[in-house]
Amino acid sequence: MSGSSTSGASGSASLSATTLRALEAVLPPIVALCIAAVIGDLLILSFGESPAAVYALLIKGTWGNPYGIGQVLYKTTTLTCTGLAFALAGRAGLFNVGAEGQLAAGGFGAALLGLSLPAGMPGLLAVPLCVMAAMLTGAGVGAVPGVLRARFGASEVIVTIMLNFIVLALLNWVVSTHLHLPETLRTPDIHAGTLPRLADWFSVFSGSAANAVLLLALAAAAASWWWLFRTRSGYELRAVGLQPDAAEYGGVHVPRVMWTSMALSGALAGLGGVNFVLGYKGYYEDGFAGGAGFLGIAVALVGRNHPFGIVLSALLFATLSQGGLAVNAIVPKQLTDILTAVVILSVATAVPEVQRQLRAAAASTMAALTRAQQTSGGRAS
Amino acid sequence: MMAIAFLLQTLRIAVPYLLAAAGGVLSERVGVIALGLEGLMLSGAFGAALGAYYGDSAWAGLAGALAAGAVMTTILAVATLRFRANQVVVGVAINLIVVAGTRYFLRLIFDSSSNSPRVAGFGGEGVGNAMLASFTNPVVWIGLVTLPALGWVLYRTPFGLRVRAIGEKPEAAASLGVNVMRLRVLGLYIAGAMAALGGAYLALDQHQFTDGMTAGRGFIALAAVIFGRWQPARVAVACLLFAAAETLQIQLQGAQLVPSQFVEMIPYVLTIIALAGLVGRSTAPAALGKTE
Repeated sequence: MSGSSTSGASGSASLSATTLRALEAVLPPIVALCIAAVIGDLLILSFGESPAAVYALLIKGTWGNPYGIGQVLYKTTTLTCTGLAFALAGRAGLFNVGAEGQLAAGGFGAALLGLSLPAGMPGLLAVPLCVMAAMLTGAGVGAVPGVLRARFGASEVIVTIMLNFIVLALLNWVVSTHLHLPETLRTPDIHAGTLPRLADWFSVFSGSAANAVLLLALAAAAASWWWLFRTRSGYELRAVGLQPDAAEYGGVHVPRVMWTSMALSGALAGLGGVNFVLGYKGYYEDGFAGGAGFLGIAVALVGRNHPFGIVLSALLFATLSQGGLAVNAIVPKQLTDILTAVVILSVATAVPEVQRQLRAAAASTMAALTRAQQTSGGRAS
Repeated sequence: MMAIAFLLQTLRIAVPYLLAAAGGVLSERVGVIALGLEGLMLSGAFGAALGAYYGDSAWAGLAGALAAGAVMTTILAVATLRFRANQVVVGVAINLIVVAGTRYFLRLIFDSSSNSPRVAGFGGEGVGNAMLASFTNPVVWIGLVTLPALGWVLYRTPFGLRVRAIGEKPEAAASLGVNVMRLRVLGLYIAGAMAALGGAYLALDQHQFTDGMTAGRGFIALAAVIFGRWQPARVAVACLLFAAAETLQIQLQGAQLVPSQFVEMIPYVLTIIALAGLVGRSTAPAALGKTE
């Protein structure tokens, strides 16, 4: 009697644990989007426009036509990379706020190698080399805060922020004094070859910047997932993120995990730079990162640090970003930037709150179950 | 004469750093990571321009700055203290909201994407020398006394003792009857007001708000907080050092001995060196970031 009732209780408890996890994953983004929608409505009304009209325009300018879709996919590519960059370090318990600098450095690395390769080199060879150069440059910039954290305990949050300024100033100096076309802040065109555009395959997308780096970004997401959840070193990384002390006692070399995860994180951000340099423009231009590195934090946060969640949330933020341009005629495009920040803030507050509420609910359910069990057991005896 | 001009210029440039860094010290001492300093400053600058525009006086500008700072501090406090959200994420979000929000309202209110119209500032009429005229601005004097005052409060008053206690061992402070939450909220609002005044100085000094006019000064102030190891006197020295570097950069601009980009890097490089412990171990307040 008591045996069967125990298994019944644990059965419903494991069911509620699964439901709990699902709710914890899904609820915060929904809450955040609702809050963002309300604030967005208020802002639009403050500008004397109708929210419905603005949102209709936003949808029409993004998912409503092939060019818009192409632009959204182009922005999704960079954001997937920077989102993955933040998430990978985040899984190891580290905050990589340096994706902005790593992204720019990666783009610059690709451009620098592309410019120095011999002009006659076939693209099939040159392009992969440039992609690797981007990832290596990004990894180099990412490794610095990782090593400083592992070796000296220096806060990676502050170091990555400071490195952003340093890297961007350094690149600005190199480009403005040594590598630029006259009267511009861009390098000469790279002859190493470019990646195919989406428009080369499907002519309806003509004019939009989406390109084959999207496939690389999706592959990076899949690889990150596989690595994090299916390999030993990925498991060690997550262990360090959850309980560094326990991981240490479990035989994980925590400092090494710290700097390798930061380097990998930087490599992913660096890949994002390829999207602009080889996929879109064919040259490096000062300031191309334009906040996409910081936006990666939002992307990772809404995607709950899960590679597939990140692809979806990159789509959302890319839509908002492109949508800003679409609605700029009637309301300032910064409307969607504010909404982006509101989404970050609401997810950041909703996640711990939802977790607390759900756990409290689950605990009271469990308590009620136990009570019911005890009374029924008492009656039987 | 050159030396005096250099000194005055340095003090003038240091004002926004000193104010924001004082806010940073207090915020981190009560346990909240001061990543949002940049945003708080920029909101203060925008509030100052709004206040000075509608109130047609620099004092109204200061009131506007404090109001804008209070609004942003409320968001910060609710997110970090009430909902216990991740402080790094909240700080980044605050900065994004203010950058986007000031642009939005710049266009909404002034119908411009880059700057506000000219607003009132603190006069300085009748003072021939432009450098000396800056020192008729009361915010300059507030800036110069804030960090020393904060140091005195932190180390010489019961309030300061409590603030230091909740930054290091909040449980112990709570067991002695200190209302930790109330003190944290109070500390954050004072910190937000200081940072907003730092931004107000910029807007009132230039008689207008321009898009992104804080230009990383909030992050430099945070760098000064870390470089000064959360101790007001050292933080003040760090701020003056960074300001001196900037003054040097301005004075050398014609000479072009060192590219300006390298001079810009100085505070950031110094911070990384400080964090790596090469100039002595820097230890953050123990409860920083852990406001559960």
